Amino acid sequence: MDRIPILKMGDCLLVTIQVDMHDQLAVSLQEDLTAQIAKYASRGVLIDISTLEIVDSFIGRMLANIAAMSRVLDAQTVLTGMQPAVAITLVELGMSLSGIKTALNVERGMELLRQYIQEENEYREPDGSEE
Amino acid sequence: MSSVHEVLQKNEGAILSGWLAEMAASTRRSDLMGDTELRQQAAELLRLFAHAARNSSDTTSEAFSATREYLREIAKSRLDQGFTPSETAMFILSLKQPVFNSMRDELESDPTQLVAEIWTVGNALDKLAIQTVDSAVEFRDQVIVRQQQEMLELSTPVVKLWDGVLALPLIGTLDSARTQVVMESLLSAIVETNSQIAIIDITGVPTVDTLVAQHLIKTITAARLMGAECYLSGIRPAIAQTIVHLGIDLADIQTKAKLADAFGLALSRLGKSIVTAKPATNITSKPKDA
Repeated sequence: MDRIPILKMGDCLLVTIQVDMHDQLAVSLQEDLTAQIAKYASRGVLIDISTLEIVDSFIGRMLANIAAMSRVLDAQTVLTGMQPAVAITLVELGMSLSGIKTALNVERGMELLRQYIQEENEYREPDGSEE
Repeated sequence: MSSVHEVLQKNEGAILSGWLAEMAASTRRSDLMGDTELRQQAAELLRLFAHAARNSSDTTSEAFSATREYLREIAKSRLDQGFTPSETAMFILSLKQPVFNSMRDELESDPTQLVAEIWTVGNALDKLAIQTVDSAVEFRDQVIVRQQQEMLELSTPVVKLWDGVLALPLIGTLDSARTQVVMESLLSAIVETNSQIAIIDITGVPTVDTLVAQHLIKTITAARLMGAECYLSGIRPAIAQTIVHLGIDLADIQTKAKLADAFGLALSRLGKSIVTAKPATNITSKPKDA
């Protein structure tokens, strides 16, 4: 069974979805991603869906779940490159994905993640609890 | 219907003048149409009708196709001139009286045939009048559909205010169909221009009810999902009161009273600011050197 590759970039994980998402693939992505976040102690997850043209409520919920799970493992999720048609579909399905940060493209998404991680570090460092 | 045709041809002049007199007495609108044009139309229609009546009494038949075509033209031109459909129908129906008069004179000797012929020709004229009204309504419907489409296209411009800042000034009432167009044009503009911030300005929206608010929230959520921030501006005080009274929750949406305020916010989000380059010149007075 094919799986969606997860790339490690520093303290971020990069996932680009380039095939049609079927339900089983979504579930395995969820498992792999949580395992990787735990393994590398990643601080950010970037999911690029610019080539995704079809979504249903299951995929929408899966994206929301991934964000929530990453949150629990102390990683921020950014969703990038959503197509207009996909955005309209998700809104019509009543899924606003309010827990997820979004960006127009991967470049902006990485910027957003770096900024977030930096802010978090500045916030934590004075205590000396993290480093 | 052969005798109708004979009567019509024999008395064409008399019927035409009788018809024009009848119209002058009832539904004549000299403000909309000149005498010459009316006379010409009436004469042409009478000629076509007489010609068609020679072959058939059925107004849907092939023989009447030229008559029907001409009546469609009349319906269209009269609609453009400002006649109501009923006035156009009366134009045809007022032909009855002079035709009946002529037939009565011709067929005095045979009352049975007279009644039968009057029935046939009356029936034919009624049907033609109804068809004409139908055409007039059809043309009017076409105008309405065209105007609706034009309004849809005209009323959803997406304007680029700055590099990365889009504005969508909404004018007129928002319904489901329009929201769909607004949403699609905004989202595709976000992709095209790679904009991070979109401002929806509702200064031109007369009323905001729960449905309109829901449409706005949907559009803003969709833009956010794509990674663009969306601000709502142009909220008049009265509309702010309505929104709160209706219990609409706009807490997740950045709102501003004026488009200028929203634009200022957008610039500061992009890390830009506006500074005065030099003291303002009085633009109404001309430079002294010139």
